[in-house]
Amino acid sequence: MTQIHVSTTINGDAVEFLCEAQETLLDVLRDRLGLTGAKEGCGTGDCGACSVTLDKRLVCSCLVLGAEVEGREITTIEGMADGEILHPLQQKFLEHAALQCGICTPGILVAAKALLEKNPDPTETETRYWLAGNLCRCTGYDKIIRAVMDAAEQMRGA
Amino acid sequence: MARDDKPEAEGRVFKIVGTRPIRPDGIDKVTGRARFGADMSAPGMLVGLVLRSPHAHARIRGIGTARAEALTGVKAVITRADFALDSGDIDDDDLRDILHNVMAHDKALYDGHAVAAVAAVSAPVARRALALIEVDYEVLPHVIDVDEAMKPDAPVLHQGRSDETVPAGMSANVMHRFEFGHGDVEAGFAEADVVIERSFRTAATHQGYIEPHACLASMGPDGQADLWCCTQGHYMVRNTCAGLLGLDASQLKVTASEIGGGFGGKTTVFLEPVALALARKSGRPVKMVMSRDEVLRASGPTSSTSIDVKIGMKRDGAITAGWAELRYQGGAFPGSPVQFGAMSCFAAYDLKNVQAIGWDVVANRPKQAAYRAPGAPMGAYAVESVVDELCEKLGLDRLEVRLKNASRDGTKAAYGPRFGRIGLTATLEAAKAHPHYTAPLGPNQGRGVACGFWFNFGGDTCVTLNVNADGTVGLSEGNPDIGGSRAAMTMMAAEELGIPYERVRTTIADTSALGQNEVTDGSRVTFAVGLATIKAARAAITVMCARAAKIWGIDEDAVVWEDGHAKPAGPNAGQFPPMSLAEIAALYANTGGPIAGHHEVTAEGAGVSFATHLVDAEVDPETGAVTILRYTVFQDAGKAVHPAYVEGQFQGGAVQGIGWALNEEYIYGADGRLQNPGFLDYRIPVASDLPMIDTVIIEVANPGHPYGVRGVGETSIVPPLAAVANAVSAAAGVRLTQLPMSPPKVLAAIDAARG
Repeated sequence: MTQIHVSTTINGDAVEFLCEAQETLLDVLRDRLGLTGAKEGCGTGDCGACSVTLDKRLVCSCLVLGAEVEGREITTIEGMADGEILHPLQQKFLEHAALQCGICTPGILVAAKALLEKNPDPTETETRYWLAGNLCRCTGYDKIIRAVMDAAEQMRGA
Repeated sequence: MARDDKPEAEGRVFKIVGTRPIRPDGIDKVTGRARFGADMSAPGMLVGLVLRSPHAHARIRGIGTARAEALTGVKAVITRADFALDSGDIDDDDLRDILHNVMAHDKALYDGHAVAAVAAVSAPVARRALALIEVDYEVLPHVIDVDEAMKPDAPVLHQGRSDETVPAGMSANVMHRFEFGHGDVEAGFAEADVVIERSFRTAATHQGYIEPHACLASMGPDGQADLWCCTQGHYMVRNTCAGLLGLDASQLKVTASEIGGGFGGKTTVFLEPVALALARKSGRPVKMVMSRDEVLRASGPTSSTSIDVKIGMKRDGAITAGWAELRYQGGAFPGSPVQFGAMSCFAAYDLKNVQAIGWDVVANRPKQAAYRAPGAPMGAYAVESVVDELCEKLGLDRLEVRLKNASRDGTKAAYGPRFGRIGLTATLEAAKAHPHYTAPLGPNQGRGVACGFWFNFGGDTCVTLNVNADGTVGLSEGNPDIGGSRAAMTMMAAEELGIPYERVRTTIADTSALGQNEVTDGSRVTFAVGLATIKAARAAITVMCARAAKIWGIDEDAVVWEDGHAKPAGPNAGQFPPMSLAEIAALYANTGGPIAGHHEVTAEGAGVSFATHLVDAEVDPETGAVTILRYTVFQDAGKAVHPAYVEGQFQGGAVQGIGWALNEEYIYGADGRLQNPGFLDYRIPVASDLPMIDTVIIEVANPGHPYGVRGVGETSIVPPLAAVANAVSAAAGVRLTQLPMSPPKVLAAIDAARG
């Protein structure tokens, strides 16, 4: 089977990989590149646990083929903190206890960051609708929504 | 413990317990570094996949594996014949059922039942190999519905499994009959001014953890094996897999990964024995991960139920008698949680006359797995709906009636024992005093109230606490941390030792490191592991006091531990400056060697837990769609160690209950196949469905725990089915008796009521 050669940028680093035609971006990230922060909760784009950004657009990486990312820019949860300094969203998730098991957390953080880049001052309703594609089974979303709104406020003040 | 015993915790002023520090595993979980079940890999690893039955019920006449084995890149194909033990070699019925569920024997019993598995060099090769396995099925008639399964002419899953409690003439699908209660219910109904009897049905729902089951197994020819997996109990995984594969428990080391939700659904094994069998046959590490389709078709879910409830009430709101008959199908094997349903459904009420009968039934569905307070939400739904209707009919206040009849300290529970210290009335009083209860409602809006109960559990628990030379502490425990329990253990160890939270690091040890630990179930971890942590800390304190005594040259009995320091007990003991934990630890080598404390216990005294929920709902009369407007949880936590994670348990349970009440449902076609095995069609609540979930933590100390802790994880899912149903019924102006209350069902009920 001939594999496809792909050159791309992930979290600011130039990356090359080989993949099969049917492999998803999520498969490539997790199984070929060791970036296991994005999770596979469903494989059908329904749960958002695999959320990454592709050219700054929020996508489910399980719905993108690895071969599609040639020449594009990907960011994942692994690129969110700046070295030892957590992103305000990450810090607020810790302070608000906005995670229980933590499996949905990477996808929700990536999605929330994409929200705040588009809309730095979202209402609760806007936040809830933006995150409606990210399933969390543990928290009931209450503390997640509070953490995102609190991070937004802090980032606006910065 | 007698109910009037004063809890040890009463009056104690805590320094760390009750605060909200950042959880120790937090940074790993917000940066993507935390390793869950599917995040591990090993050199030379193969990919394992399972072939599953497309039939709800079929005899397996033969399985041809030769073509799959011949495919390049396939390293092992297994069927039931590859498990070392034949089912006849297993005495334990439960273990044999687990084996039958993990890999079908002579019959496939549900859509999704595993019949064979492969290990190959890649997922695409493994998928091609599955397609080459030839299974010769003889399709048999099937039964999905619990009431249908109980009919004498229903298709039968297993012959001869019904026990002596089942009357002659019933279907062989009826496995067991339970009965609980006391008094004379007929006499009680005769005393009542109003008697209401209703029938209810609830759909099967799935735990819905976002992380699919996953594991990585390796095994050498010497029988030494390692297993990494996401589970609620790796000791259970070790014991079960050793039993199924004929291994010595000592030779199988199981390490629990971080776990991406479980809610009871990860208290058994599915892939783990299969991965071990594939690793044994191939001689290579094998990783297996379920797809979401497999999770929904072949793991979990909980029972679907059919329940009748009859309750009698006086005009003043006094309940004269309660009766319930509960029928739960538990999937293809015995063991539905109907026993817990029957035991718990009347627990919130102090009743003179009460009877609850439960029927455990099998049907052609996946073997049910525990789901948060297993069996209790459905029973509470039925009972609390009838209590609500009685209040409505008699024009009585719903909280006043519950307070009037509430179980209190010393009440003889419907399931037998007398309650010790309980907090039910405290939750009801808090609800009555809360502004939510009297807030105005708009058109098409209704308010629902319901109570819930869970037993809580203790169980086998082992903890080891090591005092390091630099004055820090390592705590090893054996229960996967499913929602912040490492933070709670770290806090309790630091509290007891009198050192900062940051000085303690808690690790979930593998199965070779500690003795037996019961799975993370029964809301037991903060209670039981917390208790063992405190006792282990006290054991270490005893050692440290002895070391200080040695240094000072006084009796060990003359040293006390206060605020993280050893001190002379009084002026008579001598004048010595207090020694801190760090100072004692630094001198360990010269005072008797390494310092540690440990505690092993089968914990008892878990202390039951009650909650009261208030919910406001709005029904769209045109579509039947329901919006949850406001929700408040009042629950007794005994003592909230980390209140933020206690609130999180309250909120998460309430929302799972809202999903159960409104959306979630296993839908089967006439062919017995599950029609909605994905998150698009099996719809769990999303952020935009919900309001904030307000919480009120009640603390009625549990005398069975040094700090008064009660488990909190499960009770929170018990009231919401009823609370939401009562709110929707009030809003729609018609009593709804089936879950989920999806828009078509609500609309049909409204239309029927309009005539």
